[in-house]
Amino acid sequence: METISSYMTSDHHRCDELFAQAEATVSGQDWAAIAAGLRAFLESMQHHFKMEEDVLFPAFEQRTGMSMGPTQVMRMEHAQMRELFDAMADAVKQQDRDEFLGQAETLLVMMQQHNMKEEQMLYHMADQALAGEMEEMLQKMRAVVL
Amino acid sequence: MSLPSGLSFAQAPPITVPFRFFLSAPLFALLAALLALWFGPSLMDSRWQPSVLALTHLMTLGFLSMAMVGAMLQMLPVIAGSPVAHPVGVARAVHLLLVPGVLFLAGGFLLGSSWPMRVAMVLLGGGLLVFAIAVGISLARAASDNPTVVGMRFALAALGVTAALGLILASNFSWEWWLVGWVQVTNLHLTWGLLGWVGLLVIGVSYQVVPMFQLTPAYPKSLTRWLTWTLFALLLLCSVPWLLPEAGVPEQLAVAVGLAAMAVLAAFAVVTLRLQSQRRRKQSDVTLLFWRFGMACLLLVLMLGIAGQTMRDTGNVPGENLMAALLFIAGFAVSVVNGMLYKIVPFLIWFHLQSLLMGVAKVPNMRQIMPEPGMRRQMWLHFLAVPLLGLSALWPLLIYPAALLFGASMVLLEFNLLSAFRVYRKHAKLAPEINPKTT
Ligand code: HEM
Repeated sequence: METISSYMTSDHHRCDELFAQAEATVSGQDWAAIAAGLRAFLESMQHHFKMEEDVLFPAFEQRTGMSMGPTQVMRMEHAQMRELFDAMADAVKQQDRDEFLGQAETLLVMMQQHNMKEEQMLYHMADQALAGEMEEMLQKMRAVVL
Repeated sequence: MSLPSGLSFAQAPPITVPFRFFLSAPLFALLAALLALWFGPSLMDSRWQPSVLALTHLMTLGFLSMAMVGAMLQMLPVIAGSPVAHPVGVARAVHLLLVPGVLFLAGGFLLGSSWPMRVAMVLLGGGLLVFAIAVGISLARAASDNPTVVGMRFALAALGVTAALGLILASNFSWEWWLVGWVQVTNLHLTWGLLGWVGLLVIGVSYQVVPMFQLTPAYPKSLTRWLTWTLFALLLLCSVPWLLPEAGVPEQLAVAVGLAAMAVLAAFAVVTLRLQSQRRRKQSDVTLLFWRFGMACLLLVLMLGIAGQTMRDTGNVPGENLMAALLFIAGFAVSVVNGMLYKIVPFLIWFHLQSLLMGVAKVPNMRQIMPEPGMRRQMWLHFLAVPLLGLSALWPLLIYPAALLFGASMVLLEFNLLSAFRVYRKHAKLAPEINPKTT
């Protein structure tokens, strides 16, 4: 049976894959391809954040009454990652390879430790808290578009 | 609904918590290198020399345990969702006890006198006890279905056994009550220390960080479920002959347990190398190279160990024990810790700076905080030092170039860490108001 955990964890993996592809393009000289790789990755991330911030977190907060708890920390980390997204986009605009790789490396670690907290804690808590409305939740998240 | 017990999303502890340990560790390894230069080839005469014992503990307690303690205090909130209570106070107490403790222990060995040894017992016993209680509470609260948490619990228990046996040995040293079977106790102590505390922690942490840094597939569940507890159970079995000496455990059984423990470690090393070869991230990186080098050294140690066990009747492989110890400590453990430091340190600096400066000033990225060329230079010094160290077990004169290279590598490691920390201090000044809780 699909759960919030399994659905969102596999979406993390989809984002990871796009990250790896975007980072790999930087070994070439084709800045248009690099920009396209980055765009695909950033879209997957923005989409993931949107599912969480617009659907999952509010439902979780409402159900548990915890609005200053874990979801708050996750939102803060999203904001930190958005700064890195901007820095990566700037680096591509300036065709600055070192800056791009440095920002990408930073984002990778930030993103992985963030995902770890979500996969090991938040999503499990959400699975429990929202067990009664699982199907509805999954449908709403699948319906999110950028 | 309330939070499941103990789960917390608290942010990372203040940066000084892990950094006081990280910045001290290379200095102990440097001290070990200087001692090795001082004593030279005589080190290879016997493992029971004061100089060898001092060197061993500068490396195992001064470098490895120092860095591992700092990393655990840092990682518990992220990996286990269970931060250590009062991290600043705990870190300060543990650090201020361990640093002089290691020095007194080394001094006690070298001077062959009992009072520094007694002081060391109090300091080290106290420091490790505070650490074990603080981290033990946090691990007890963490979720048990996480194999990293399970690995860390076993590692902490192994540290407890190691320290207890170490204190028994040290009391024997300083009060000369001539412990019965102290050779076996020493062997048990070093087995629990190296395979237990170091080995189990590396395995447990790898489950998280190997996939995370390189985007490799996850470790197979079938492996993570049994690996750490099997190793722990084998360590317990190794200890039985000592607990029940009159039971007369047959020699073959002891050999079988030893071989089984080596097989577990070999499985871990092989799977890790395999996962790393399947990584989705193509960017070559210093941490990856350190880990691969470390895993290769571990496999080499295991081959030496297996050869040593099976060729027992036909005569020993020359220098096998000493070479295995050098390759395990400097080749496997130091490489893995060194590689981890190069990820954790620049990331933490970035993370803390960004929390301080969001919307105020631009924060340097990880590669600006810890530039790649400096890390690579240090890595190559280390990769040259380790084979020479291993070979110096056969050709003792090689200890001179080996110790020189190893010492230089540690100087450069310390320099790299300090430069990164300077970047932190410089940028942290730009923060609108310094909040002591987050710096
Ligand atoms: C409370 C902390 C510790 C104390 C007081 C301590 C004390 C000792 C003593 C007294 C000996 C020498 C036995 C003898 O020859 O009489 C010894 C040997 C040894 N210890 Fe420790 N130890 C401690 C922690 C550790 C740790 C954490 C490790 C490894 C991770 C370790 C690794 C070793 C090794 C490898 C040897 C054997 C050295 C050789 O054979 O040359 N020790 N320890």
